[in-house]
Amino acid sequence: MVKSSLNTFFEKESTDTEDIELSLLLQACYQKYGYDFRNYSKAHLKRRVLQRLKRSGLNSISELQHKVLWEKDFYRTFLQDLSINVTEMFRDPVFYLAFKEKVIPDLSTYAHIKVWHAGCSTGEEVYSLAILLKEENLLSRTRIYATDFNKNVLEIAKQGIYSSKEMELYSDNYLKSGGKGKLMDYCTAKYGSVIFDKSLSRNVVFADHNLVTDGVFAEVNLVFCRNVLIYFDKDLQNKVLTLFSNSLTKRGFLCLGKKESLQFSDWEDHYEAIDKKMKIFKRKYISNG
Amino acid sequence: MVKAIVIGASYGGMEAIRVLLAGLPSRFRIPISIVLHIGSNDIHSYLSMLNGKTAYTVKEAEEKELIKSGYIYFAPPNYHLQMESNFSFSLSTDPKVNFSRPSIDVLFETAAWAYKKELVGVLLTGSNSDGAEGLKTIKRYGGITIVENPETALSKSMPSSAIKEETPSFILDLKDIPEKIVELSGNN
Repeated sequence: MVKSSLNTFFEKESTDTEDIELSLLLQACYQKYGYDFRNYSKAHLKRRVLQRLKRSGLNSISELQHKVLWEKDFYRTFLQDLSINVTEMFRDPVFYLAFKEKVIPDLSTYAHIKVWHAGCSTGEEVYSLAILLKEENLLSRTRIYATDFNKNVLEIAKQGIYSSKEMELYSDNYLKSGGKGKLMDYCTAKYGSVIFDKSLSRNVVFADHNLVTDGVFAEVNLVFCRNVLIYFDKDLQNKVLTLFSNSLTKRGFLCLGKKESLQFSDWEDHYEAIDKKMKIFKRKYISNG
Repeated sequence: MVKAIVIGASYGGMEAIRVLLAGLPSRFRIPISIVLHIGSNDIHSYLSMLNGKTAYTVKEAEEKELIKSGYIYFAPPNYHLQMESNFSFSLSTDPKVNFSRPSIDVLFETAAWAYKKELVGVLLTGSNSDGAEGLKTIKRYGGITIVENPETALSKSMPSSAIKEETPSFILDLKDIPEKIVELSGNN
C-alpha cells in the first residue's frame, strides 16, 4: 500500500512550518483536482513551489494554496510548474548504442512491436526512438504510445516542432548514438525552428496518462521511461514499477534513466539487467509476477 | 552539533577540494556532500584519486541513498543533487540553475531545509555566482557558512558574489578551512 505522505510528515515531527504547508498544498491539489503529487520528492517540489511564490509575489505557501483552490487559471499555471519538462534528443547517446546492440535484435523477431514511452514530455526522445527504429527498418511495424499527464507538453510533442538552437547538440548526440545518416534529414528547418517529418510520428499515439493515478492501458514489449522515477519517492516508484510490470509482455524490456535503478525496489528480482550501466532490464519468467 | 557539511566549487575546484579534504584529520567522519562544476565530464578518475588521499569513502551520490558518516558524496555530472528531509539524496534533471547542473544553490538550499542549524556550508573558488543564494539559505536556517577568501582563491568571483550577497560566518584562506570545520564540529 502507498502510505500517505501526510502521515510520513507528521511521524517525523517536523517543526518546519513550510513543510506542513507544502504537505497541505499537495493534499488540496489532490482533493480538488485529482492530481496527486503527494509522493513526489519533497526537495524538488519545495524548490518549484518556492519559485512560484517568488514569481507571483506571494508571501507563503498557504497563500498560494488559497489561489490554487479558488483560481482555476492560477492552478493551471501551477500545474505546469510541477511538471517535469527537461528532455533532449538522444539524451545519453551511449544508452542508444546499448539499446541498438541489446534490445533491437530481440525486437526484430516480433511481427508487431508495441512501445510505451511513459512521461514523454515534449517528445524529443519519442522522435529519437522513432528515428532509431526507422534506421533499423522496424518503425513501420511499431506502435508507440507516448504519454504524459501534462496536455501542454503533449501538444508540443504531437507537433514535433523544436527550436533550431538545440539542433547542434542533438545532431552531435545523434552521431554519438550511432545514427546512420544526418539528423537534419529527418526534419525541415523553418524560421528558427525545425519540424520533424510526419512519417516519424505516423505510428505514435500521443495520449494523456497520469502514472500516479491511471492504470494499465495496453500490453507492450517495451516500456521506455527515463528520468521520471527520480522525481518519485520509494512508495510511488514501486507503484509505478508495478504498473510497468503489469503492462509488459512476458519477456518485455524496461529502459530507465542512467541514475535510476530497480535496486531496493519490490521488483528487483523480477528483471534481469541486460545492461546494468545503461539501465536496460528484461522481464524474467516468473509466475504470479 | 554539526551533522553534515556541504561544499561548492567551480573553476579551480578540483585542486581546492583536494587540499581541503587532505587537511581533515582521519578520525573526522561527518558526511560531506560536494557540487563541483565540471561540465558533463566523467568524474570517476578524480574520485578514485581522492579516495586514495582521505580516510573517507569518496563516491558519486545515488538517488535515494541515505547520507552516512564516513562518506564524501559528489553530485553526478548533469544532475542536480538534492537532500531530502529524511537525510537521503534525490537527483533531478531540472533546468540549469546559474548556468549549472549540478548547481551549488540547489544542494545548499535543500541541505539547509534538511539539516537546518546542524549544517556547515563551504563555498570555494569559482568564476561564476553559483552558491551565493544557497549560502544565504543555510544562514537563514541557522547553519554556519564559510567562504574562501577571494583574495587568495584561484578564481575570486564566486566567493566575492557570495560575500556581496550576505556576510558569511567566516571568510578564510583555503589552508585554514579544514581546521575551522573541525573546530566547529567540536571534534578537535
